Amino acid sequence: MKLKTVLLSTGAALAIAPAAIAQEMADSMTLVSWGGAYQASQVNAYASPYQAMHPDVEITWDESSPEAVAKLRAQNEAGNIAWDLVDVVAADAMRLCDEGLAMEVDHDEILAPAPDGTPASDDFGDLIVSDCYIPQIVYSTTLAYRNDVEDWTGTPDTVCALFDTENFPGTRTLERRPINNLEWALYCDGVAKEDIYDVLETEEGQDRAFAKLDTIKDQTIWWSAAAEPPQLLADGEAVLGSSYNGRWFSAIEEQDQPISMLWDMQVFDLDGWIIPAGLPEDRLARVKDFVYFATDTQRLADQAKWISYGPARESSAPLVSTHAELGIEMGPHMPTDPENAANTLLYNYEWWADYRDDLDAKFQAWLAQ
Amino acid sequence: MTDAAADAPIPKPDAGDRARPERQEPLLAADGSPLKKSLQRSLRRQKLRAFGLVAPLLLFVLVTFIAPIADMLFRSVENQIVSETLPRTVVALEQWDPEQDELPSEDTFLAMAYDLVEAQELKIHTRLGTRLNYETTGISSLFRRTGRGVDDFGEIYLDQFEDLNPNWDEAGPWVDLVADEGWEHPAPFEPSERFAALMSETAAAYASFARAIQQGSDDNPREEEPWAPVHMALYHDLMRTDPGAIAAYEGPRAEMLREARAAVEGFESQPVREMFVAEEEDWLDPEVWATIKTFSPPYTPGYFLTSVDLKLSPDGEVVAQDEDQRIYMLLFQRTLFMSLMIMGCTILLGYPIAYLISNLPLRTANLLLILVLLPFWTSLLVRTSAWKVLLQQQGVINDTLVWIGLVADDARLTMINNQFGTIVAMTHILLPFMILPLYSVMKTIPPSYVRAAKSLGATNWTAFWRVYFPQSVPGIGAGCILVFILSIGYYITPELVGGTTGTFISNRIAFHISSSLNWGLAAALGTILLVVVLVLYWVYDRIVGIDNVSLG
Repeated sequence: MKLKTVLLSTGAALAIAPAAIAQEMADSMTLVSWGGAYQASQVNAYASPYQAMHPDVEITWDESSPEAVAKLRAQNEAGNIAWDLVDVVAADAMRLCDEGLAMEVDHDEILAPAPDGTPASDDFGDLIVSDCYIPQIVYSTTLAYRNDVEDWTGTPDTVCALFDTENFPGTRTLERRPINNLEWALYCDGVAKEDIYDVLETEEGQDRAFAKLDTIKDQTIWWSAAAEPPQLLADGEAVLGSSYNGRWFSAIEEQDQPISMLWDMQVFDLDGWIIPAGLPEDRLARVKDFVYFATDTQRLADQAKWISYGPARESSAPLVSTHAELGIEMGPHMPTDPENAANTLLYNYEWWADYRDDLDAKFQAWLAQ
Repeated sequence: MTDAAADAPIPKPDAGDRARPERQEPLLAADGSPLKKSLQRSLRRQKLRAFGLVAPLLLFVLVTFIAPIADMLFRSVENQIVSETLPRTVVALEQWDPEQDELPSEDTFLAMAYDLVEAQELKIHTRLGTRLNYETTGISSLFRRTGRGVDDFGEIYLDQFEDLNPNWDEAGPWVDLVADEGWEHPAPFEPSERFAALMSETAAAYASFARAIQQGSDDNPREEEPWAPVHMALYHDLMRTDPGAIAAYEGPRAEMLREARAAVEGFESQPVREMFVAEEEDWLDPEVWATIKTFSPPYTPGYFLTSVDLKLSPDGEVVAQDEDQRIYMLLFQRTLFMSLMIMGCTILLGYPIAYLISNLPLRTANLLLILVLLPFWTSLLVRTSAWKVLLQQQGVINDTLVWIGLVADDARLTMINNQFGTIVAMTHILLPFMILPLYSVMKTIPPSYVRAAKSLGATNWTAFWRVYFPQSVPGIGAGCILVFILSIGYYITPELVGGTTGTFISNRIAFHISSSLNWGLAAALGTILLVVVLVLYWVYDRIVGIDNVSLG
């Protein structure tokens, strides 16, 4: 049975491949990503091997992902789509899909099946949060703390250490937006994890979350770039804070800072590709060819050699190996590792798509007061 | 100024002309035409030539600067998206008075079903959802979720018609029934007039379906079965059409109609409202409908009201924003206050430096000038980050103060991530914009004036204050305008070192442009900022006089 499916899927792949080649394909691509270590991991895991197979293809990288939604909208209005493939977080992908700026895709048609023949849509599973989205990695927003603070009683082991200024005094650093912070505040105010979004929907629930945040407002540096918190902790400016787990990994493992991870109530988020709507045929054909290759099981697993983000495919997890330079086993540094994922918060994209505008206005007004 | 000087003499010969007695012969040019005309002609030629030379620049500025700004500012009132996406609903909602009826009529729900099913095929309904979500939380997902199921609205009729005659769920018979005889696929769908006269709702619903699939996914109506709302329209039409009229109908597939008319009275029916509620409870929330009604006109003051912490209530009145969402007035005031502070600081720091540079021997002056310019040539981010290193609690300044013993180790000063940090960093960054115009003006003040004043008995202070300072005012004016206007729109530095109390209105504009995608609000905030700057510029002109500004 299994062999049969493998044969069938290989047959299907072979049948698709010549059809794809027969189509006229553009020989250059502009990929949009975040720059830094993350983009480097994509270059190493996807782009370089792809170019080795197709030496005539030119790949240009544009580090515009932070403004991708606005820029894509402007390109669309001007009727000139300059990008071929854009790396965005899940919430942005949903917005781009809503705005009609990203192309809806049939995941089973354009993505490779897993080696055992599982169709892509099952292999990615729930992570396909939007019809336009092709997930690559799972990252998490999580806490970390300086492990050399003398006047602390004990070591922080839950997210609520954030609000425990008795035992863990010192400056905190949190992201300057409501997402994650309000959830953590309610959780530490005694709301059960599964009720958080229901409570946050009500006026009283929101007041309650802000009241909880009020207790640490004066001792918090609110960051807007994820590179800030590791720097603040390394400088001793802050002792406890949130950032992406990959940033903490590089501060701890690569720069050897006296910082420890606190995985409790980490919030998973996704990063992945969207294809802009309205690409010409030849460019679309090239992008599809690239995406088919770059999101297969092995490529996603390879990416973890360069960055501590978990592959979005279930079938990639067993293939994750060691860090390309440090040589350490990457499994235990993945947010998806069972040890780390003992207590996680499921970030509700759809809920935030509704409440983002409203709560952001409240959050900014609260901050400014 | 130079223009005015050049223009001034021109009226004189003209005035002289008029002074001549009328009866005299007009002066003639060499070619015999009146001199006045000939002069005018040559002047016109000159003006045209001058305009021709300026035209490329003018065109360039118009196309690349004025037009985009105008376009952006226009977005602050533009709101066509509602009436374009939901044309039928907007018309139907005009009848609805939120004060009297709790919910809009059944017809409005029906209009919404037709609008929404067309919009979801064209994939524009979520876009409208995002737009309306700025006003009322929850509409975004309401539209997204309902959009997934709306093409099944009226399924109850579809099933019954299909049971009656399977042709009702076939693509071909529908085209035969509704389409105009001359119509073929690639052309936009045209219903036949005969059919539309008999069954207008069905013709409109089917035409909307056919055009939407032609436009949205380039499909041929001859190959796609119509969605369920078309059958709902058919049911409504059949119920209200007299059997005699249908019996007399002679268009293609008339027998299907007759058969359906005979059976339709026994059909089970369902109010459209129930279909919406089955999909999403929130359609029973009058606030959703009120929001659509409030924002249905093609132009809205909504964004401007939000920019000044007001909002439109569902019944169209202007009311104050909820207290926990008021932020923009505070930010405008803060932006103005801090820009003035920064401007004042740059005057206090820049004036002595410019004075020093302009009075030193050339060699030393050049060296100092380079010191002023050096940070000017350094990246903005580097300078801002440098201030972080200096001012933070574990930073150089705090370390030094603790080492000296002025500050206790556990009571280090907070000098960054607040207003103080922003003012310090921005004063430093904008200082050259004050020093350079000051220096260029001071260079031109002859030292002999001050010497003359002193030789006439003035003290050092009087000589400076009464003689030197007034001559340097144009430099201060230029520096102030530059620093103030630059700082009012600054956003990178406040974003990095501003913390919560040091952010500017421009940070919110940037947020709405790049993150929340609320470009209308960003445009309104930007327009207000622009108007504030222009008003201040006008006030400045009235008080100081813009002629009194010298950039060197």
